[in-house]
Amino acid sequence: MIDQSIIALLLLVNLRMFATSRVDSLVRCVAAQAFLLVCLAVVTHEGSLSWEAWTFLSVTGLVKCAALPALMTRALRSAGIRREVEPLVGYRVSLFIGLAATGFSVWAAEKLPMPAGAADPLVVAVALISMITGIFLIVARRKAISQAIGYLAMENGIYVLAPALAVHGPLIVETGVLLDVFVGVFIMGVIILHIRQEFRHIDIDRLSELKD
Amino acid sequence: MIADTFAALGGVALALVLSPFLRTIIDRTKARMAGRQGPPVLQPYWSLARLLRKGAVYSSTTTWIFRAGPVVTLATILGALCLVPFGGRPALLHFEGDVLLMAYLLGLGRFFTILAALDTGSSFEGMGANREAFFSALGEPALLLGVAGLGAITGSVSLSGIYGRIGTSAFLGAHMPAMIFILATFVIVYLTENARIPVDDPTTHLELTMIHEVMVLDHCGTDLAFIEYAGALKLWVLGLLITGLVFPVHTGSALLDACVTLACMFVLQIGVGLVESLVARLKMGRTPLLLGIAFVMSALWVMWVVR
Repeated sequence: MIDQSIIALLLLVNLRMFATSRVDSLVRCVAAQAFLLVCLAVVTHEGSLSWEAWTFLSVTGLVKCAALPALMTRALRSAGIRREVEPLVGYRVSLFIGLAATGFSVWAAEKLPMPAGAADPLVVAVALISMITGIFLIVARRKAISQAIGYLAMENGIYVLAPALAVHGPLIVETGVLLDVFVGVFIMGVIILHIRQEFRHIDIDRLSELKD
Repeated sequence: MIADTFAALGGVALALVLSPFLRTIIDRTKARMAGRQGPPVLQPYWSLARLLRKGAVYSSTTTWIFRAGPVVTLATILGALCLVPFGGRPALLHFEGDVLLMAYLLGLGRFFTILAALDTGSSFEGMGANREAFFSALGEPALLLGVAGLGAITGSVSLSGIYGRIGTSAFLGAHMPAMIFILATFVIVYLTENARIPVDDPTTHLELTMIHEVMVLDHCGTDLAFIEYAGALKLWVLGLLITGLVFPVHTGSALLDACVTLACMFVLQIGVGLVESLVARLKMGRTPLLLGIAFVMSALWVMWVVR
């Protein structure tokens, strides 16, 4: 029952990411998403967790729920943005795209050929939804920071999918990915600051007007 | 069988007598939150009695549709009242598929309210009718989809069957998230259908922002009493859909079940009063997003039920 509640909460968080216009709420959502996904990994794990797994999970939790959101919030504050004013896809339409994505993920998770001993199809579905949320944010939002959040959401999804599919030893790979993501977001924060200082906004579209 | 019929009749009688009292609870809660004392306990009854003693004035623009509006509204809501089970017991009338009849009786009542508003020829009433039609068109699919979910969980397409079979096991079992999503949908639909904050503000008197109230501006006297009473009954009928979910315990004693349901209903009204005191009304343009969220949540039960 606990895992089902976590899945339900994750669905809500993902749909909120589709529908919200506030960038700070997006940051909180991605942190909550990461937290719930770590909880899901703990709850769905069969048997007792080894100390390596505990260490890995707590490091992931710390980085994804505390460090990355803190970096994001700092970038937000220095760039002085609060909401995405003109998204490429409106918020109501986004919400229904989110619903369609949920339906598609559940359908696809049932159809995917899974290795024996793999996780509950709903866990796979939630991983797929998180990935689709991320891709959607990257495609449909203009602000650089929303797109970076989309990238994080996508990584969160992959993070759940990896242990669900590869039954043995995905942790070491994930640790490497975690480092990459951390550095990625760090650099993104710096870049956003520089774009902001140079052009007084962080809309990606207008970068196409750059000439040498 | 006979005992069930008597219990159902008792439920209907309770609704007829106590439904105006629900308004008192909401108003008193709001008053307490604002530091006022609030209206007397029997105020809704006095208002109804006062309105019933008055005659009605009809504009020369209106036709028989305007006069039929309040009557049809009250009749449809009385019909719906006979279909909704009270306290987990079978309702007065029940058959397979009465869910649809209930939803469309409410729809018919709303349709006539809208027609009566348009019949006055007032542009403000037209605006209110426009909004009412729009928001209810968004709320109705959410309600039906939610009831369909309950039907799929309990394996019944009759309201009495659904609410008779829902027990605490439905909340504690594998369907728990689905039940919570459906409950959340019902609460949003409840606030929308009864023209409450955050969708509509029943106390506003600025035509530009009114939805339900602006449609009944031209009614007076007996007609207005009918509309007010129908509104109170609607609070009750839709409230039963929520209380049956929130407290799905069947003790076996009809009296005890009725008391529990009544207590739940009163707590629900206090909840509505708290929402009205604490939450600001949504901007008109944001309301469709709220109803969209209700629809999406009512669609999510599919994940846990149809596997």
